[in-house]
Amino acid sequence: MNGAAPGAAAAEHAALRTPSGCGELFHVFTRLALQGFGGVLPIAHRELVERERWLSAAQFLELLTVSQVLPGPNIVNMSMILGYRWFGLRGALAASAGLLALPLLIVLALALVYQHWAHLPLVAAALRGMGAVAAGLVIATALKLGRNAAANPLGRPLSWSLAALTLLAVGLLRWPLVVAVLGIGGLGMALAAWRLGPAGRPS
Amino acid sequence: MSLQLAQLAGLHGLGWADLLQLWLHFMLLSLLAVGGAITTAPDMQRYLVAQHGWMSDAEFNTSIAIAQAAPGPNILFVALMGWQIAGLAGLLATMSGILLPSSVLALLASRYAQRHADSRLVRAFTAGLMPVTLGLLLSTGWLLTATVRTAWPAMALVAAVVWLNWRTKLSPLWLIAAGALVGMLTLS
Repeated sequence: MNGAAPGAAAAEHAALRTPSGCGELFHVFTRLALQGFGGVLPIAHRELVERERWLSAAQFLELLTVSQVLPGPNIVNMSMILGYRWFGLRGALAASAGLLALPLLIVLALALVYQHWAHLPLVAAALRGMGAVAAGLVIATALKLGRNAAANPLGRPLSWSLAALTLLAVGLLRWPLVVAVLGIGGLGMALAAWRLGPAGRPS
Repeated sequence: MSLQLAQLAGLHGLGWADLLQLWLHFMLLSLLAVGGAITTAPDMQRYLVAQHGWMSDAEFNTSIAIAQAAPGPNILFVALMGWQIAGLAGLLATMSGILLPSSVLALLASRYAQRHADSRLVRAFTAGLMPVTLGLLLSTGWLLTATVRTAWPAMALVAAVVWLNWRTKLSPLWLIAAGALVGMLTLS
């Protein structure tokens, strides 16, 4: 289970390198996090694949898929899996700490500054405007992910129907998340398994 | 400053039992956060604002807006919520709660999933959860418009941001700056 070159390595893999140690992991993940405004994943691709050459594009995509299926923050999952592959638990902690430590201090500093000035109507209004942008960014992320719906064994209409059902249940009717994920997610998994057929291919 | 220091130490009137309950709830959310922590925002709002009244709708949305405006993973909005509710103890409760279970699971499951990426079980799991992730992201987006829903310039901004972020490579930094500007001009 070595991240560097799995088995029949393509020529591309030969040029890949391995981080020198936990210090470098921490450093690179800190640099990556500090560039990520409104999401770190696009930066992660640029830094890990193009700049550091720790992963091939295919390995990155594979890792991203695994990180996305698993619950929890994708990028933190990804940093932990990567760090663990290279340096075990110490690597997992170094990578995720690099991702979180400095940005956490910055966010807290911003929050304290905001609290200090929050009584000013103009500052509160600016924050509400930024909240509207945050809403737009999240909705756009959903639409971008939705492009993959065609490749899903459920197919586009069924995928969007289940998504709409989730929006209705969680966003409007305010059901607890556990009911929605287990109920609607379970229904989706059953339908997908049925669509895939016993051979694991869409019939 | 004294107020800020008090915030570091104090629990804001929350008891240790409340804190434990908060921690456990975020541990549960961690395992349900398919597609990232932001997908659990609707449930956090239900739990923190509607059920317990530990923070207001505005404080909730502010936490997310500040975390989005700062560099780094969006997960940090969870730290701000904990901070808002019960200072440093709250921050540690929400952050460790949201991170621990999913991280352990990620390390255990990544090896299995990589080796069995083509199996029917793994593919059905991935495919079946994808629509839920989409629906949860849409729910979160809808929820975040709660404080501006009656203001048409802000709602037009939401629509513009959706289109720009979807169709162009414009950095979110510019969009956030535009949001602050539109807010100051139309929402004060």
